[in-house]
Parts: sequence; C-alpha cells; structure tokens
Amino acid sequence: MTEVLAVEVTDLVKTYRRAPAGGQTRPRYLRAGAPEPPAGPPAQRRRGRQRTRGHASSPTDRADPPGSTRRPGSAATLADASTLADASTLADVGTEAKPDEAPAPTTHVRAVDGLSLQVAAGSVTAVLGPNGAGKTTTIEICEGFRAADSGEVRVLGLHPLRDAAALRPRVGVMLQAGGMYPGARAGEMLRLIASHHAHPLDAGVLLERLGLAEVAGVPFRRLSGGQQQRLSLAMAVIGRPELVFLDEPTAGLDVQGRRDTWELIEELRLSGVTVVLTTHAMDEAERLADQVAIVNRGRVVAAGTPAELTRGGAEGQLRFRAPAGLDVSRLLLALPDGTTGWEDPPGHYLVQGTVDPQLLAAVTAWCAGNGVLAEDLRVEQRTLEDVFLDLTGTELE
Amino acid sequence: MSPLAETRPAEGRPAGAVLDLRPAPGAASRGQMLAAQTRLELTLTLRRGESVLLTLIIPIGLLVFFAAVDVLPTSATAQRSVDFLVPGVLALAIMSTAFTGQAIATAFERSYGVLKRLGASPLPRSILLAGKSLAVLAVEIVQLVLLVAVGFALGWEPHGSVASVGWVVLLVLLGTAAFSGLGLLMAGTLRAEATLAAANGVYLLLLLIGGVVFPLEELPGWMRVVAEALPTAALSDGLRAVLAEGAAPGAGNLIVLALWSVGALGLASRLFRWE
Repeated sequence: MTEVLAVEVTDLVKTYRRAPAGGQTRPRYLRAGAPEPPAGPPAQRRRGRQRTRGHASSPTDRADPPGSTRRPGSAATLADASTLADASTLADVGTEAKPDEAPAPTTHVRAVDGLSLQVAAGSVTAVLGPNGAGKTTTIEICEGFRAADSGEVRVLGLHPLRDAAALRPRVGVMLQAGGMYPGARAGEMLRLIASHHAHPLDAGVLLERLGLAEVAGVPFRRLSGGQQQRLSLAMAVIGRPELVFLDEPTAGLDVQGRRDTWELIEELRLSGVTVVLTTHAMDEAERLADQVAIVNRGRVVAAGTPAELTRGGAEGQLRFRAPAGLDVSRLLLALPDGTTGWEDPPGHYLVQGTVDPQLLAAVTAWCAGNGVLAEDLRVEQRTLEDVFLDLTGTELE
Repeated sequence: MSPLAETRPAEGRPAGAVLDLRPAPGAASRGQMLAAQTRLELTLTLRRGESVLLTLIIPIGLLVFFAAVDVLPTSATAQRSVDFLVPGVLALAIMSTAFTGQAIATAFERSYGVLKRLGASPLPRSILLAGKSLAVLAVEIVQLVLLVAVGFALGWEPHGSVASVGWVVLLVLLGTAAFSGLGLLMAGTLRAEATLAAANGVYLLLLLIGGVVFPLEELPGWMRVVAEALPTAALSDGLRAVLAEGAAPGAGNLIVLALWSVGALGLASRLFRWE
C-alpha cells in the first residue's frame, strides 16, 4: 500500500528581494553583522566545538588527547572564504562588514533553496533547524500565505493558493506570533475562529485544557507570551482540521505550557490529525515526531525517524566517576575489542565503543571485581543535536 | 515504535473536559460568519476608549460648543448656527467612524497579524470586509441618533419631507463608502504608526476645510475649490441642503462622493496588503 501524503513539497525555492518585516524568515547568518555560518568540512568544525563540551564520539577524535582544545578561529577563516564564493547568489552577505570587497547590495536572500519534504497523513512531522533556516517560509508557503518562486507544493493533494478556499476549513494554522485582535479577549478570539467552522470544538473546554480558562476574559495584548502561544494553538485546532501547521508551538513556553502543548499534539496524532511543526528544540522533535526533517540554509539536509537519524546510537559512550588513578588499560582488557577509554579529568572516566548491555555489564563487573564503586554511571547516545552538528557544523540554539 | 507511546494523559483533568479532536472539517455558513465578525468588530470598536472619544464625544462636543458659543462667522444665508452645525457634524461623525477610526483599527489589525491569521481561516475576505462595514454602519446609527437628539435639545429645526430621509440615507451610504475606501487604502498600504498619524492629520484638516463648522464661503477662493472636491465638504454640503433647506442634494455633491467611493475602494482593493 502506498503511503498517503498529507503534504508534499518538491524543490521549493523562495527568494526575498529584501528581508521581510521583522526579519523573522531571513536567515540569521545573512543579517548584516551576524557571524557567518560555518563552512568547510563539517566534521572538522564539529570537533572544534565538541571538544569544548567534553564530548567526543568520532573515531578521529579519539586519537586526540582528551581535553585539548581547538580554537574555532581557524575555521572562521574558512567561512569567510566561502562567503565570498557565495556572494554571487547571496549578494548581501556581509556587505556591511566588507564594504570594499562587495558590490552594491542587491539584497536577494534565498530563504528556501530547493527544499523537498514529504509528510505522511496521520503523522507528526517536525521541521527542525536553527533560526533562519527557512522553516517558517516553507510552512507559510504550504499555508498559502506566500507564493513559491519555483517548486511544487501539494497540501492534502491540493494547491495552497489555487485551492485555498477548499483547504482553509481542513487546515489549522498556528502563526509564530500574533494573529489576534489586540483588544479582543482570549475567549472572544477563540470563539470567533470557532464561528468560522461547521463543527468546532467547545471553546470553553479547549481553554480549560490549555490552562487558559482563567484568562478567557483578558485582552490578547495583556496575555503573557506563553498564554498567547497557547491561545494561538487553540485557534489552530478548534475547527477540527485534518492537518495542522504549528510554527514553533512551544517557543517561550514554561515547563507546564510545554507539557500541555505536547500532550495536545500527541492527542491530535492519536485522533488521526496530521501535524507539521517547526522547532529548534531537539528534545521536542525527538519526543513528538514520527518523522524529522532537519533543515539548514533552506534545504532538508536529513530526514527520517528520530531513531533512524540517531542510528549509530550503538556507537555511544559511557561515563562514570570513580576514585582517581584507576588502571584504564586493565579495564580495557576486560572489554570487547575496539573499545577505548581514558580518565579525564582525574576521577572521571569515559569508555567509548559499541555501547550495549554486555559492555555495561563488563564495566560494572570489572569495577566490582576491583572493589571500585562506580558512581554517576551513564550511557550517552547520539542525539539529534549531534546529528545536526555532524550535518551542518553548527549547533542549534 | 513511536516515542509517543510513553506519554500518559495528565491526571486530575476536570471531568467532562474531553475533546474530540478527530477531524471534522467544514466551513460555517456565511451568515453565521458575518454575524460573528460584525459582532466582534462592533464590540471592539465600542470598547476602545479612543474610538468612543473620536466618534461620539468630539462630534457632540463640537456641536454643543459651537451652538452655545457664537464665534462662527454668520453665514450668507443667515441660518441659525445650530441649523448650520448639525448637518456638518453629522458629516464629521461619518468621517470619524468610516475613515479615521476604521483606518487606525485596521492598520493595527494588520500589524498584529490579525488579517493574516483570518486569511487562513474559512472566513472569506468579502465577509471580513462586510463585517467591518456593518459594524461601521451600526456605529453610525448610534452617532446619528445621539447627534440628532443633542441637536433637538439645542433647538435644531430640520426642514424637509419623507424624501429627505431617503436623501440622508443615500448621502450617508455614499459618504461611508468613500471614507471606508480611503481608510482601508491607508490602512492597507502604510505602517500602523504612519496610518495613526496620517488619519488624525487628515481628520483635522477635513474638519477645518470640510464645511463642518466653518462655512465653505469663508474659505479663500482656491482653497474652496479644493475643499469642494473633497468628500467631507460634499457630504456636509449635501446633508445641509437636505436638512436645512428641505431640498435635494446638489448633483455636484453626489458626483464627488460617488467618484471618491469608486476611486478609493478600487484603489484599496488593488493595493491593500493583508500582512
């Protein structure tokens, strides 16, 4: 059986003649004065950064003495060189920083650059990437707010602009910010959107559910940022849509707000609603999404389930604390071939290799046999954050 | 395997708070949407203190002040000042609601992304605009009732017949269309802050040269030519002909208002940017 696609985006391109108002959709690295994006071999960049976090998981890293630091400065030079090479397509890159070398800015910003994305019906898909990666632009093209320069977009099999009237009742939209009458009370705004739909949810129950019942009578402009976010989410789902687009649904939410939002998204999925959300929070994507599309600089650089993307998770590491000065080479003899490890700083031990139950058992058995109490023992898997770092050389915020 | 399996619903949720999230999409009827949109627009307008000041308190204040304090130059037709003032202030009231108030409110709605968000809901643009227009007309009815009552209290004696009511309705509708077009044109093309400044500036200017409290005859010749081509003067002049003299409005007044309506609404529909 072929998979039914709720959203299909193929080779999407969108160029802005100038930064859109607010600069939200403009890639951060294209803003004048902002640090340039790292370029050059990602792995090389990654090492430089990772070392400062005390993580090391690639084979080449292991050869380095632990604790040695590389200054990212050398890589920044690389980035500058690549910027000049890119300047023909992205003319305003760094023009303020280098007025002598750059031609007059024509300020064309390619926010989305050949992006392709498939969203299976009934799934939760997270579009993950740093600010300015092109997430919002892509979503807004799917929502029919903007036209693409080129590429194909199908939403529920329809064209977002040509078939807008047919799509609107079926698609719920949560904007990144705003979207409400500043003087309207939360309850009024939600009931207004409900009034546009044939079979809406009960506004009171939904407000209650999202912890907004007490502020139902408060005007939008006096709601806190988190309350505004949750109201915006409520507006996206109240019409009982088949598909919802949520643009950064948990940005700026407190712990409870995040939990409420996550629960609602999970329930949407269980109810058969397709959810497409953007985020730059790794844990959110890992926890919520069936599919993750990692977007960087206007393209999908990797897509798959969180498990697929973090595979090689077997290739992990194990940390523990124990009295300083253990003989690590004797420990390694007790472990499977291909396992490495060291002590750094004193009293902190790191074992790297195929982390499976056998390895864990072997380490604890060796400790027991030597009368050593291993404290704080923990297994570290590759996270989406590591994947992102590998792919792009930059860290998410 | 889904990472979602491990999540549990929150405990202690109030009984009955069950949401059936299963898809059941569908647009409401156009009548329901129009009613809801109109009701909210009207509620928000009446809730804003500054819009009540602009649409009710200032016109009533001007009427009472200039009727009581005889500072206005005596008109050539030797009308009593209240008979001159009521039609002018009615025109001002229409302008304040359809143009100034609507321009400022809509500009801020645009900057807050309201219009963008509503564009993603099943509400058609035409119903959004119809809702705004109905709310404007409803506020105008409140204004007319109050101003006419204050006018009578001040000794206003309108002239005219049943036909005059028809002329008043026609003039009010034409004026509303022209001012709404101008207001939406401004709101849809300028920044909210620029609209706020410009709408107030235009309001003041048209108050002075629109034949509202000062007769057009008092203006210098060239200014009078300009003023007579503007919608405020056409509306106040037309209303004055109907209410003070019991006559039909001048054809010139009707033509000026019709041209402004068509031109401003046409431009607004072409140039309006929703976000």
